[in-house]
Parts: sequence; C-alpha cells; structure tokens
Amino acid sequence: MIELKHVSKSYTAGVDALKDINLTINDGEIFGIIGQSGAGKSTLIRCINMLERPTSGEVIINGKDMTKLSTSELRAERRHIGMIFQHFNLLSSRTVYENIAFPLELYGTPKEEQKKKITDILELVGLTEYKDKYPSQLSGGQKQRVGIARAIVSDPDILLSDEATSALDPETVKSILNLLKDINRKLHITIIMITHQMEVIKSIADRVAIIEHGHIIEQSSVLDLFTSPKTETARNFIGSVSSNTLPEGLKNYHIHDERENADDHIMMRLSFRGDVANEPIIAKLARDYNLEVSILYGTVDFIQGVSFGKLIIDVSGSDSNITAAFNHLHSLPIESEVLGYVSGNI
Amino acid sequence: MSPEIFSLLFESLGETLYMVAVSMICASILGIPLGILLVVTEKGEILACPAINKPLAFIINMIRSIPFIILMVAIIPFTRFLVHTSIGTTAAIVPLTIAAIPYIARMVETSIREIPSGLIEAAESMGATPMQIIRKVLLPEALPSILESLTVVIVSLVGASAMAGTIGGGGLGDLAIRYGYQRFQADVMIATIIVLVIVVQLIQFIGNYLSRKADKR
Repeated sequence: MIELKHVSKSYTAGVDALKDINLTINDGEIFGIIGQSGAGKSTLIRCINMLERPTSGEVIINGKDMTKLSTSELRAERRHIGMIFQHFNLLSSRTVYENIAFPLELYGTPKEEQKKKITDILELVGLTEYKDKYPSQLSGGQKQRVGIARAIVSDPDILLSDEATSALDPETVKSILNLLKDINRKLHITIIMITHQMEVIKSIADRVAIIEHGHIIEQSSVLDLFTSPKTETARNFIGSVSSNTLPEGLKNYHIHDERENADDHIMMRLSFRGDVANEPIIAKLARDYNLEVSILYGTVDFIQGVSFGKLIIDVSGSDSNITAAFNHLHSLPIESEVLGYVSGNI
Repeated sequence: MSPEIFSLLFESLGETLYMVAVSMICASILGIPLGILLVVTEKGEILACPAINKPLAFIINMIRSIPFIILMVAIIPFTRFLVHTSIGTTAAIVPLTIAAIPYIARMVETSIREIPSGLIEAAESMGATPMQIIRKVLLPEALPSILESLTVVIVSLVGASAMAGTIGGGGLGDLAIRYGYQRFQADVMIATIIVLVIVVQLIQFIGNYLSRKADKR
C-alpha cells in the first residue's frame, strides 16, 4: 500500500508545486493521476520514489516512510519501484538486451540469472527478436516496451508511469496500455500512472485522482468519475473522450435557456450506468406520466466492463406531468440535466 | 633535399608524436575525471558540491587563459621539479600536459552535458549510485562525443608542440623554424608542412572513425 499524507512541495522560488496531497493507493490496483501540464502531476509521481523530495508530509510505501530513509536505504527501496518515462530514457549506447540488463547490473545480479530474467521479460513484452538492436533502430512503441521491460525486470512491487504513452501514436498507445494491464494482472504490480489523456485513464485505470494547481480536486473510481463527475475540470477531461457537448446536429434546434412558449419542449440529458441501463426509463416516462419522449441522441460506453450511457431526449407534456416525471427521475440513480427549451414544432 | 634533412624530418616527426602522445595520455588521465567532476559537482547534479565545483572551474579557466608559449616558460620551475630538466623533448611534455588538462576537462564537460537529463533520472530511479551513473551512464553515453573532443585536443597539441622548440623540445615545428625559416631552406619548410598536414589528417580520420563506431544514437 502506498500512502501520501499531507505531501507538499514548494520550490525555492516560492512556487507551490503540491499542496497537502493525501492519497491511498492499494496493492495491485492501477491508479491514474490526471491533470493538465503544470498541474503538478510530474512532481507528484517523483515524490513517490523521492526523485523529488517533498517539502513536508509523508510518503509511506509498505510501511516505510520514504522521506525518512537514508540515501543508501532509499536506493535499496527504489529497486522495488520501477519507473517508465514519456521519452523512454533508454541508453543509446546499449542494445535492447543490455538496456534491460542495466538495473540487474546495478544490483550485481549474476550473469546467468540476468540472462534468464531478461529472456523471460523479452518474451513478455514481445521483443525477443529485437534484443540485439539499439534503441535508435526501434519505433516509439518498441522503445517504450524496452522501458517497461527494464522497469519490471527486477521484480518491483510498484510501477510508476510518467506520461508513458504521451509520445506515442493512438494505435501504439492501445498496445502499450494492454501490456501495462497485462503486467498488472500477471505480475500483480501496482501501477501509478500520470497522464493528461483521459483515454489512458478510461482504458486501464481502476481509480483516478484529478490534480489541478497542486491540489487533488477529485478522487474516485473511474466509473464514478465518468458517470458523476463533481468538478468542472473532471467534466472537461471526460469531455475529451466521451463528448459532453451537444452534437453538432442538435444545435439546429435553436435551444434557448428560458421557456418562451407554453408548448415548448424540454431538451434534457440523462446519464446512467450499467445497473439502471436495464430499466425502461423512457417507456416509463411515456406510459406513467403521459409524456411524449423522443430520443435525439444517445451513446453507450464501457468502463471496466460496466456500461454507461448518455441520452439526449426531447420531452413534452403537461406541466404537472413533467414535474412528477422529474421527481421520479431524481429518485433514480441517474443524472438528469435540463439542457434547454426548444420550440414545439420541430 | 639531402638525406640528412630526410632523417632529421623523421627524427622530428618522432619527437612530435612522442610529445603529443605522452602529454595526451597524461592529460586525458587527469582531464577526463576533472571534466566529469565539473559536471557532477555542479548544483543540482548527482554529487552537487559547490566547494569543489567553483574553485575547480576557476582554476581551469585560469590555466586556459594563459597563452601556451607563456605557460611553457612560466612553469619552468615546476617542470624542472617534475622531470629534473627544463629543456628538451621530455621537458616540453610537462607544459603540453598542463595546457591540455583544462582543455580536455572542458570538452568532456560539454560532452557529458549533452546527455539528456532523463537518462540520469532513470538510473537514479533504479537506485544507481553516483559512481554507477558515471561509469554506466555518463561515460558510455558521452563516449562518441568525448572521442570527437579528444581528436580536437590532439590536433591542437600537434600545433602547440611546434612551440616546444622555444625550450629545446624539438619536433616538426622546431625543424620548420630552424631550417625552413632561419636557414631559408624552403624545401624543409614545405616538407614539414606536408608531414604535419598528413599527421593531422590521419589523426582526424582515426578520431572520426572511432567516434562513429561508438555512436549508436
């Protein structure tokens, strides 16, 4: 378990990079930290393995407070924490095999054992036939695979991922994320990843924290974040992968904020997740409340095997029925939001 | 050109190569570690230590600011102390070495600074000690660039060794001055220049070859 307690970091220039960060990351989970550039996420991940020393606070990994370790104790501890980087940081003078051997050399692992481990890892990351190539001969995705192999060859408990997919093209991102997920499952390595790409969080993270101006402003399971984001920043991030803005076509409806005519229809958005997706909500609105409902737009997405969806519907009916229907909607575990009013003759 | 001149030319070439080779080896042994020290003791680096870094940088700049011909005569007492003579080829090696050390140190410093800081960070994240980072990251990664730099220094030393005649050091430069210039033997002058050009070309060729071979970037 990794616990960050009241971690703050300020640089001498009086810039607060991190302010009172509290996080608990469980063993075996994939924990995502998302934020815009400059939000402090790089500093945060470096505070976990002490590449950056927090100004105050505790970083407790498996019961040990990293901030209180001596230099040599810290080096020993770092062997249990692998790290991968946006720009891979491979040694250009070493082959793939030699790059992966690097941490083992540092720890004085016997050559025979090195060979066995590296052969296994090469197999796992799918680079067996590239073992004698130099990094300059590899594609970005292959370089990151080497980076991952190097980070996990020493059997760490934790893998820190510093924007590991940010320099890769979308296809490669997918394959790297699958590899990380694989490693997480097969080797039970806890993965902490920082990113500015919601896609990354959505694909593999179990839980997520959103960091802004050095603060954690929201923390939840990824599913909760997508279905009920609490902050504007969270909504913006989600918008980047599942659009929260109105589809272009719907703008032709001339939506207005105020009801202008008595026969104006209400346009609203419903967000729901797996467990309620099976309920006949629309049918119920039509049948029990005698409303006319038409579906204007809908999406369904999956996060960690759970479906969640959004519907934009156009509702019309008598005021009392609408009020009653709204009360019913509010009693359900779905998010509903009135987007505006449109004139009745659409 | 008479056979005597021919053998003189060979003898001088031998002296030049001897002076350059020995001073280059000595200067590298001292200069390369000093160059590394210049980088790693700087603020924010793996062995940050301004108490070493600042004086070191100052001394290196100081020596580099002294023109070689002045350095050569200025350190005569030191030369005499070290090699028990202040004239001759061996005596010339001492100032050549002294002049080359800071030159090499600065060149190595520049080469090492070209290494992306992420590489050092990655090694630190794996628990590498500063010595391991120097041996396994900084030196191998900077090797192609260091080889290029050393080539430049060797060529400069060939040039500087021409001034060694001032303290009786001999060598090709001395030959060119004494025979070609002072005795008006233009053929000796031209022959010397041709030999020097060939020597420098060869050094550069070998240096480039080694650097390219080491470069996997």
